[in-house]
Amino acid sequence: MRRMKPYLAIFNARFRMMLQYRAAAIAGLWTQIFFGLVMIMVYEAFYRSTDKPQPMSFPQVVSYVWLGQALLALLPWNADSEVKSMVRSGAVAYELCRPIDLYNLWFVRAMAWRTAPTILRALPMTILAMFVLPLIGLGEWRLHPPTLTGGIAFACAMICALLLSCALSTLMNISLMWTVSADGIIVMLTALVTLLSGMIIPLALFPDWAQPVLRALPFAGLVDLPYRVYLGNIAPSGLPAVMLRQLLWTAVLVLLGRWLLARGMKRIVVQGG
Amino acid sequence: MPPQIVVENLVKSYRIAERAPGIWGSVRGLVHRRYRELRALDGVSFSIDAGELVGYIGPNGAGKSTTVKTLSGILVPDSGRCEVRGRVPWRQRVEHVAEIGVVFGQRTQLWWDLPVVESFELLRDIYRVPQARYRTAIDELIALLALEPLLDVPVRQLSLGQRMRCDLAAALLHQPPVLFLDEPTIGLDAVSKLAVRDFVRQLSRSHGVTVILTTHDMDDIEALCDRVIVIASGKVLCDGSLAELRSRVSRERWLTVDLTNDEEVTDPQATVVRREGKRLCLGFDPQLVSPAELIARITSRHAVRDLFVENPPIETIVARLYEATEAAKSHAEETEPVCAE
Repeated sequence: MRRMKPYLAIFNARFRMMLQYRAAAIAGLWTQIFFGLVMIMVYEAFYRSTDKPQPMSFPQVVSYVWLGQALLALLPWNADSEVKSMVRSGAVAYELCRPIDLYNLWFVRAMAWRTAPTILRALPMTILAMFVLPLIGLGEWRLHPPTLTGGIAFACAMICALLLSCALSTLMNISLMWTVSADGIIVMLTALVTLLSGMIIPLALFPDWAQPVLRALPFAGLVDLPYRVYLGNIAPSGLPAVMLRQLLWTAVLVLLGRWLLARGMKRIVVQGG
Repeated sequence: MPPQIVVENLVKSYRIAERAPGIWGSVRGLVHRRYRELRALDGVSFSIDAGELVGYIGPNGAGKSTTVKTLSGILVPDSGRCEVRGRVPWRQRVEHVAEIGVVFGQRTQLWWDLPVVESFELLRDIYRVPQARYRTAIDELIALLALEPLLDVPVRQLSLGQRMRCDLAAALLHQPPVLFLDEPTIGLDAVSKLAVRDFVRQLSRSHGVTVILTTHDMDDIEALCDRVIVIASGKVLCDGSLAELRSRVSRERWLTVDLTNDEEVTDPQATVVRREGKRLCLGFDPQLVSPAELIARITSRHAVRDLFVENPPIETIVARLYEATEAAKSHAEETEPVCAE
């Protein structure tokens, strides 16, 4: 417990600070409802215009879209602006003066930074998509509740998705040590992560030739795999395989991050003064 | 007792990408980059015993901060030896930083949005300080630095002087035996400066904390340090007491006079250092003419509104020291420091 104390304290502090951004969460919520509805309308048009059997049914795609909107903040799509300003201003020097492992410190920081806004958004979004839509006559466009086993399996897969997301976020934050403005790399990664995780289009709807590639990459573990567990598209018996994939990738990315950080520390130049 | 801090022949260079100005220069920089090597530390050596309070001074870009950052385990030098309490800072970073306190005057280690006391508690947890020890440490720091009214204020609302007092406390919650202060008085008003100085003095005297203090403020050095290390262009120019430094470089003192009338002032034993309207600055050697004698002579001949005597600022001393070293080097290719202990 004593070993974990610093990390708990840091998580706690960052988490509470992130909860202050309630206005941003509410503003984001409206944007996301709008986007969710637009995407569903596009899918509806698509499903009406085809007779061919699709890998996912329309109600499944609708639920998938709403899950994506509810859990959007968990996606590792940007670098932490706090780390960025620390590197820019040189305050990162203090981070290096702490008697704890720097990678763990940054990982915990990323975890608080990803979970706090997710919790702020996920709950109202779920209530809206699951219960309010049917009440206003949009039952076809609602988020369908999962089965009990599906729900439990989904929770397990999401915890692994969180770890994977934090490993990727930490990697992005470490990349900030190389160029003061690693914006270019981050923009590229944002595009890759949103597309290849299945956040924009469920991976099942990608062409067949892309499937092996998508399955080999780590990003499916962030969105597509856990959401399919929720939908029952992947049976609860398939959960161990999903989690294994997520955790293996997490381990690889953590090792990569640690290696990069160790290299970065050797060549670090603290800006100014 | 072996020295607390040993630095031997420390070398550190930075590679700086050079870019030609303008758009064309930026475009060319994408394809072909030229680097310039900057030697921030060029063979720095010193050793510091437990309980010493050492001033580390030099012009901007001399390598002061690089030294402090190396001693803190943040930067890895290119070559040379460096040990703090028997540990190599960057190799045993975690064990090392648990035993040092660091304050970088230009930045804060407190959490911007949190009340001060919560930052302290966060640091207590990060440094794994047991509650009882934390209580004793914080109570003493609150008393010494008069922090009581600041504890519940968010850091972003603190003035610079208040923030510095809190930063000093933050660096000492884990009661480190070694403290590095990098320009702790920068930008502070006179009252805050005095508070910081009093505190550092007390810390050194009553707790025996080893302190390295970098500063541009000669008054900091004069008030606190028994020993000064002067560094310029990454080399140690002088290592000894303040009196030694002054006497080796120049005994000169400055007499600043505000005249009532705009008139010429000449004196056989003083030279005009500079003149700004009716304000005149005269340099004199106190061993040739006593300040009292000089003041008496000038006030008897001219109408004087105000006057004061001061030491030339640190920049002047160091600049002269630097010039002297350069001159000596070109004369005899002498590599010995100008003054040794």
